[in-house]
Amino acid sequence: MSEIVIKTNKLTKRFGDFVAVDEITFDVHKGEIFGFLGANGAGKTTAMRMLCGLSIPTSGEAMVAGFDIFKEPEEVKKNIGYMSQKFSLYEDLTVKENIEFYGGIYGLSNKEIKEKSTELIDKLGLHNEAKKLVSSLPLGWKQKLSFSVAIVHQPKIVFLDEPTGGVDPSMRRQFWDLIYEGADKGITIFITTHYLDEAEYCNRVSIMVDGKIEALDSPAGLRKTYEATTMDEVFYKLARKAKRSE
Amino acid sequence: MKQFLSFIKKEFAHVFRDRKTLIMLFGFPIVQIVLFGFALTNELKNANIVVVDNAKDLASQQIIDKLEGSKFFHVQKEIMTPSSIDAAFKEGKIKLAVVFPVNFNTDLLHLNKASIQVIADASDPNTAQTLTNYITSIVSDYQTQLSPNAQIPYTIQPEVRMLYNPDLKGAPNFVPGVMAMVLLLVCVMMTSVSIVREKEMGTMEILLVSPVKPIMIIIAKAIPYLVLSIANLCVILLLSVYALDVPVKGSLILLMGESILLIITALALGLLISTITSSQQSAMFASMLGMMLPTMLLSGYMFPIENMPLGLQIISNIVPARWYYVIVKAVMLKGLGFSFIWKETLILAGMAVFFTALSLRNFKIRLE
Repeated sequence: MSEIVIKTNKLTKRFGDFVAVDEITFDVHKGEIFGFLGANGAGKTTAMRMLCGLSIPTSGEAMVAGFDIFKEPEEVKKNIGYMSQKFSLYEDLTVKENIEFYGGIYGLSNKEIKEKSTELIDKLGLHNEAKKLVSSLPLGWKQKLSFSVAIVHQPKIVFLDEPTGGVDPSMRRQFWDLIYEGADKGITIFITTHYLDEAEYCNRVSIMVDGKIEALDSPAGLRKTYEATTMDEVFYKLARKAKRSE
Repeated sequence: MKQFLSFIKKEFAHVFRDRKTLIMLFGFPIVQIVLFGFALTNELKNANIVVVDNAKDLASQQIIDKLEGSKFFHVQKEIMTPSSIDAAFKEGKIKLAVVFPVNFNTDLLHLNKASIQVIADASDPNTAQTLTNYITSIVSDYQTQLSPNAQIPYTIQPEVRMLYNPDLKGAPNFVPGVMAMVLLLVCVMMTSVSIVREKEMGTMEILLVSPVKPIMIIIAKAIPYLVLSIANLCVILLLSVYALDVPVKGSLILLMGESILLIITALALGLLISTITSSQQSAMFASMLGMMLPTMLLSGYMFPIENMPLGLQIISNIVPARWYYVIVKAVMLKGLGFSFIWKETLILAGMAVFFTALSLRNFKIRLE
């Protein structure tokens, strides 16, 4: 078994009486693509936010990239990347300026930033757009750029919160190519999604229902356990139990 | 440090890319100075008055000559009945009417007493007051002229000197006001909008996940506006000195120092607004309502604080611009040094510390 990079133990988040995340316990291994599924309101975004240090857990324990999220949040931050549901680049800055900014705030040297931005622009084929404002790019490109920027500092883990919302299937396919490339380099991918076809691309998938993790296995394993032919079926079998709705 | 520099660079890019806002920020003070300096003024010049001379004698003619010679009035001589005077007032054609009775000169010479009727349009009380004062002084001037050698025992001759602004120009009064307003506008509104925009766009999350410290975000956000405000201040001062002839009598360094103190207070306030609002519109609205109005109305710049009801006088104490206004007037117009304004400075500094502490405490490190 390879190194464990995320480990939680009964991680819980309450908002008043409402238990958004209810004692979740799981491990994620280095270089893994870990899918985090659940209906809207199941608590997946809240769980992810706790792991990123955006939200303080009510109780439980969690280690991210080898650091305790309670005791060493600053160390955790240095070792993770994050791409949010909302688009996370600055629309009024150019492609290059965005790369330079994110490189800068993660403390990369000027030389590294220069190398990285050339490499990134090459890889994404954005030569003609490098000096254009991000607002002029199509959404699919923005998302690819956004992901590349989120791993510009070579984090151990990157958290992706529904990164492919609103783009067409071919763009999503291209986006997943980038994700695989990142995983090959040893970056652990933690991704929430509600596209069930995307769940098939993950190494392992956890399905949250009403704040709890109901199932956690490889997509093939889940299909076998729940006697389903597709992830869709697995999901519906589990999600039917949900009492909460939005 | 590298992180910090990248951040500041990014903030400057935001500011300079938003041309419209930039033009507005620099256009606003220039337009204000030009408007207040050359178009809008509460100095009265060429007020339309009508003189109804029923006497048509020497004395009335001499007084009318004096009125016509004054730059304050534009005299129309007409024979008007009381009802047509009334109509002219109603139409707003005239601000004031002077009526000489028949036998004005005769009364003056033989009875040693004559009266002139002065009717003013007091729907604008300040103007009416000022105009009647001018008339009264012209008439009493004439009186002294009539009997220069008159033996009046115990005359008291008030010798009035208008200090700091001998010509009673409007400019020295509003330049400090415009300075306060512009600094508050730029700092409070722009800072709060720029922070709230990050929240609205979702980029704030990314910043909070990154290793950048919240305090660094705040300082980096404030720096471009600090620079802009100082540039703006220089423009206002240049306009004031060269276009309006309002010189800076005191120390320029002291004036700048005090202005930076106000800027810091304003930045802290802007930050505070950004922590309690969640959209750019509401941030803008809060700064307008919370800063612009009190600054205009309660700083003493438009209305004297001493004339306000007690409640408003008390509230005016918490308006930073009120103290800044006093300071700027003292330094700029009276040429006073720090020893005369240390109290106001201390109050302003106290506000800066208080608001900074409050907003830092409220600034959410985590998104709940």
